[in-house]
Amino acid sequence: MDKPVNNKAWFLVLPVLVLVAFSAVIPLMTVVNYSVQDTFGNNVFFWAGLEWFEQALSSSRLHDALLRQILFSVIILAIQVPLGIFVALNMPKRGFWASLCLVLMALPLLIPWNVVGTIWQIFGRVDIGLLGYTLDKLGINYNYTANAIDAWVTVIVMDVWHWTSLVALLCYAGLQSIPDAYYQAAKIDQASRWKVFRYIELPKMQGVLLIAILLRFMDSFMIYTEPFVVTGGGPGNATTFLSIDLVKMAIGQFDLGPAAAFSIMYFLVIMLISWVFYTVMTNLDKREEMQ
Amino acid sequence: MAKITLSNLAHSYVPQPKGPQDFALKEMDHVWEDGASYALLGSSGCGKTTLLNIISGLLRPSQGRVLFGDRDVTDAPTAERNIAQVFQFPVVYDTMTVRDNLAFPLRNRGMDADYIRQRVQAIAQMIGMEAVLDRKARGLTADAKQKISLGRGMVRQDVNAILFDEPLTVIDPHMKWELRTQLKSLHREFNHTMIYVTHDQTEALTFAEKVVVMYDGRVVQIGTAQELFETPAHTFVGYFIGSPGMNLLDARIEGNVAHIEGSVVPLGAGYGPVSGRTQIGIRPEFVRLSASEGLPVKLRRVEDVGRHKIVRAEFFGREINIIADEGAEIGADMTRVTFRPERISVYADDWRVAPAGQLGEAA
Amino acid sequence: MSDATLSLPAKRSRALPRVNGSAVVMGLYILFLMLPIYWLVNMSLKTNTEITSTFTLWPRDLTFANYRTILTDPSWYMGYVNSLIYVVMNTVISISVALPAAYAFSRYRFLGDKHLFFWLLTNRMAPPAVFALPFFQLYSSVGLFDTHIAVALAHCLFNVPLAVWILEGFMRGVPKEIDETAYIDGYSFPRFFVKIFMPLIASGIGVAAFFCFMFSWVELLLSRTLTSVNAKPIAATMTRTVSASGMDWGVLAAAGVLTIVPGALVIYFVRNYIAKGFALGRV
Repeated sequence: MDKPVNNKAWFLVLPVLVLVAFSAVIPLMTVVNYSVQDTFGNNVFFWAGLEWFEQALSSSRLHDALLRQILFSVIILAIQVPLGIFVALNMPKRGFWASLCLVLMALPLLIPWNVVGTIWQIFGRVDIGLLGYTLDKLGINYNYTANAIDAWVTVIVMDVWHWTSLVALLCYAGLQSIPDAYYQAAKIDQASRWKVFRYIELPKMQGVLLIAILLRFMDSFMIYTEPFVVTGGGPGNATTFLSIDLVKMAIGQFDLGPAAAFSIMYFLVIMLISWVFYTVMTNLDKREEMQ
Repeated sequence: MAKITLSNLAHSYVPQPKGPQDFALKEMDHVWEDGASYALLGSSGCGKTTLLNIISGLLRPSQGRVLFGDRDVTDAPTAERNIAQVFQFPVVYDTMTVRDNLAFPLRNRGMDADYIRQRVQAIAQMIGMEAVLDRKARGLTADAKQKISLGRGMVRQDVNAILFDEPLTVIDPHMKWELRTQLKSLHREFNHTMIYVTHDQTEALTFAEKVVVMYDGRVVQIGTAQELFETPAHTFVGYFIGSPGMNLLDARIEGNVAHIEGSVVPLGAGYGPVSGRTQIGIRPEFVRLSASEGLPVKLRRVEDVGRHKIVRAEFFGREINIIADEGAEIGADMTRVTFRPERISVYADDWRVAPAGQLGEAA
Repeated sequence: MSDATLSLPAKRSRALPRVNGSAVVMGLYILFLMLPIYWLVNMSLKTNTEITSTFTLWPRDLTFANYRTILTDPSWYMGYVNSLIYVVMNTVISISVALPAAYAFSRYRFLGDKHLFFWLLTNRMAPPAVFALPFFQLYSSVGLFDTHIAVALAHCLFNVPLAVWILEGFMRGVPKEIDETAYIDGYSFPRFFVKIFMPLIASGIGVAAFFCFMFSWVELLLSRTLTSVNAKPIAATMTRTVSASGMDWGVLAAAGVLTIVPGALVIYFVRNYIAKGFALGRV
């Protein structure tokens, strides 16, 4: 689409700009400010230069948290994306059952995140939770508060429970946009089920799939509330992801300088990865429009 | 290749059809001769696409059978019927190259690589896309994509039939004509049975040997362009074919004359007793304006369309169209019309009535 | 006519296995989604004694006492009221500032538009944890701490970019000719926007509102940090069931169930738009 150049359009953007500047730029300045200063308390600050950044970059605690975070996000994407596609392919196309599936699937998405944590904290407990109790009775030694592997499995299953529907709903929307003629043509061309998926469904889902991956990547990289409620970052530091570590540092220990430096780097990492996604996506959009 | 027989066929999209109004396709028996080219003509919603999808197996008829040759394929899936179909809007596999798109139906059937290469080349040449064979289909224009769809429909040589569902809707007029000519020559060369759905009479009449006219879920007439023009079997055919369509006038038939509003119109043949709503149909081409003889009309306006003039006139309160030669002088005194008796058809309840002594023309 | 329906059973048996396969997959998936929620509902209807002493798949001793506790105690139910107030405020603010901006992005090119759009999106990517402390200080210093508007504004951080993004997607689908026709017909911009344009993208506005509602409703970190008493959200209120006398599981579960209800209601009303909505107008 050819859009006319009109710099007056800035006036339309102004309210957003003011609002977001107030709620993003000012706080971000505070963070930058902290990141280059040190304090002995009593609101007395002095210049610390890039000391905190150097410290953060070399801190093994942060490295570990970062590694855990990346591992978590990768596992989450590796499970949720294929599972979401698979579920979307099996959803009823229309009618009562389609509506019912949509409503039930969307339900976990609208539960406050700490309640999600609470649900799974209870669900996994050996004494009162269905999952924990059943596993225990089956003779499986399961305890997410003591065993790091169990804690990871619980957090991952919880996230899959919480967010796979988002991927599935996005893919479903993509599938719904495929005209029947495509499936009919594939039948006539004698395409196998796999080829229908590979050459018709997957290409049509490409756009929504990128949105799904982008959203899931960002949100899983920023995950805080759910694992915090379930495991509190434990056992030990096993499920201490970046956000949890950051909040511990900033509010728990009041190490404002390092926490701020850490925040900025954290933000930059997310921005960098998201920028790559965004570039890929807008290029895809352009290609669509060329058609 | 095989002849296609539709026996007792009917289809309804309602699970429990209550009456004829629930049927998208009313009961029909019909044979598509092997190697012929048909155009399926009708206005939108008349059941053309339904019929096409039943033949290709995308839809299962709610009653009746479909036979390819002697084989009953009513329940056979699309893939087994070995037909090709081209849809109204381009269906291409976006992520594949043009070459892979054209080769797709052959590869899925495990054809030999050399054969595939040769076929793809031949088809690409036919649709004029040799230059872009290695480009991705995504990003091509709608025209080009539809040409790929056409190419994919024609790439297989052994198909029982090729079905076209208004394939030229998105193609620009110049290309339309060219592609239609190519389809025709292709048909002459390979003798595939072709069924071409369209709502455009010019397209139907120029493409096909036989035109099948459908109206309200029913086949109302099958015939050559000439037959449709001269002896429309149903008022819809009269009205739909031709430009402007046939004039239809309520009349009372008595032997070899028709009475219209107290005036007498001679007919070309004698008719037995006719019941129901009776009308006579006369094409504008066979109506002649005159100053002295015939029935009175009021001239409304004259349109000059180049080859001839179309005169719009009022005839006993009803509109009537008259085609006059380009050179004809149309004076204000020409307030009467005559009909050529042998060109008048008689209709009872919309169906043509055969003159006495002739066999009725069944639809 | 006589053999018209003869071959119908054959078709049935061929179609059945495929339909069943999908049904089984969906059944299992929905079961997986519903089990934990069922367990929560189950617990909320039990007494604490039943919860801790025995293991029962459904409440033997059905009680609504837990719900009564919540619905009669202002310190509980005010949590819901607070949450709803700031969620609605946030949704209204986000949509009303996002509408003109999305229009600008979808219709015009202007200096720095692409950078601005990306910068807006980066705010959606900002980890709330990064902003928790600075927000606390910012809103304390301007005297907005522990007010609904503070939380509503804070949530704008991620909801405004999202709303702009969604609305821009929907607006791009509206042909430009509509704008031009309206101007030719003598509509002023505001009148055109409200009378003609907004009805055209009503479903987009609905979708954007749905997402703003959703993300504001489920967020806890910021809303907890920015409130103490007066605007405390329900999600934060729940943490107080950990009291000296041990966990009050029944009330905790009941409170959890009640937080699911508004979401479920919203989903029910938008059920026919969910699929299109989740594609953010970009299919």
